[in-house]
Amino acid sequence: MATHAGGLTGTRTVRTRGLQRGFGDRTVLDGLDLEIGAGEFVALLGRSGSGKSTLLRALAGLDRDVAGSGLIDVPEKSSVVFQDARLLPWQRVLDNVVLGLSGPDAAQRGRAALAEVGLAGREQAWPHQLSGGEQQRVALARALVSEPELLLADEPFGALDALTRLRMHELLRELCVRHRPAVLLVTHDVDEAVTLADRVLVVDQGRITVDTTIDLPAPRSHRQPQFLAYRESLLRALGVDQQKG
Amino acid sequence: MTASVLARPRTSAEALPARRPRRRLGPGRAIPFGAALGPLLLLALWAVGSAAGWLDSRTLSAPWTVVTTAGELIADGRLQDNLAVSAQRAGLGLAFGTVIGTVLALVSGLSRWGEAILDGPVQIKRAIPGVALIPLLVLWLGIGEQMKVTTIVLGVFVPVYIHTHNGLRSIDSRYVELGESLRLRPAVFLRRIVLPGALPGFLLGMRFAVVGAWLSLVVVEQINSTSGIGYMMDLARQYGQTDVIIVGLVLYGLLGLLSDGAVRLAQRKALSWRRTLAD
Repeated sequence: MATHAGGLTGTRTVRTRGLQRGFGDRTVLDGLDLEIGAGEFVALLGRSGSGKSTLLRALAGLDRDVAGSGLIDVPEKSSVVFQDARLLPWQRVLDNVVLGLSGPDAAQRGRAALAEVGLAGREQAWPHQLSGGEQQRVALARALVSEPELLLADEPFGALDALTRLRMHELLRELCVRHRPAVLLVTHDVDEAVTLADRVLVVDQGRITVDTTIDLPAPRSHRQPQFLAYRESLLRALGVDQQKG
Repeated sequence: MTASVLARPRTSAEALPARRPRRRLGPGRAIPFGAALGPLLLLALWAVGSAAGWLDSRTLSAPWTVVTTAGELIADGRLQDNLAVSAQRAGLGLAFGTVIGTVLALVSGLSRWGEAILDGPVQIKRAIPGVALIPLLVLWLGIGEQMKVTTIVLGVFVPVYIHTHNGLRSIDSRYVELGESLRLRPAVFLRRIVLPGALPGFLLGMRFAVVGAWLSLVVVEQINSTSGIGYMMDLARQYGQTDVIIVGLVLYGLLGLLSDGAVRLAQRKALSWRRTLAD
């Protein structure tokens, strides 16, 4: 498995084989195979209940209480960004960022990470003093400060307003260009997926049914005809027929 | 007058329908020195009752008599001596009780085995009044300081345990998940997530504990004691000195109030990250 970020060399960062997860009688992941290359940005789309969050939690190792089988190969250095910023309310912003770090340079790295997400000067603020978008930026800083090889993001912008979400897209893309982690972004927003990802997957009934490489130059926008074509085919795969709507 | 208002050009503010002021649902702004208001009112009632002769001085001495008596007790050193002895007992009991309650709460809150073994006995202890244990403690430990401090410890550790345990268990599981996703070491998890998360509960427990320590003190000092405020009061009972008894009661009340206030102050300092109704 990949231990160093190569990006272009095609080394694998994530690999699952025959991943099976279920809650009671209900099978959520049904023999799912997935590979993510080093530095690759993958968006995972799916209707609610399709198993996309279950997959992310399986990769993050947060599903110990879920019955299942299959092979999972993920790097040791991986980080999770949740839908809620999940900052500890009793720790100041900087302490939240360096929560998982140890060593004498932790504070310095934390400060740098905060500066990267545009929050320099807010180190000593309490989380409740920040806006929702700022809190989510702190969460991004916390996830990236450990220089992960894999970033798992579970609808990280789902709770933000549209304007803030656009800014966060830009920020996330910049950060990924700089740090080159492999990314698995779970989202229900097709535009978000096409805007950000190198590859978009659609998961349905516990299997990956669509695997599309998005071949669009940056900056991507709705005005590009291919953007719309990707968007439409993905929406179709998700069972949304635009002609009818 | 109505007509003149109507005749004026309508501004945009007037065009809006009159709105009822929005009702504030929180308790509102803090009253300055609000905490002292209730006790002062009580004191005033007592003074008025004594001055008007509604209260017989043999039943309840007047506030000024109590003050004079307190002055005399201080002058001959009895008050300070007894207070020092009492404070030492309460302090020792509080210290041991807090440590024991906290450690038990951590063990029982963080491990299922710990809870299975510890929680039941603590709940049983909770159901037994402190007074009921004294005969047994006297047989085991005699009537010395050990027995007294132990009684206070038994009264103190229960609220600390109950509230710390409750605070610990009500830590949002999402924070536990966060800790797992960051692969926190157990020591870091304890220091950064468990302890601060349980702190509000612990401090609430401490508020019960400090007052409880003084309460247990009353009980132990009025049984087989030769020093302390409780002893001073018991002696006064034998000589019918209501004023001395009241001095003791006022002292207990003040001590309880002050120690509770100290914990509340600590609470406000330590929990400044919270945004609650209290602020």
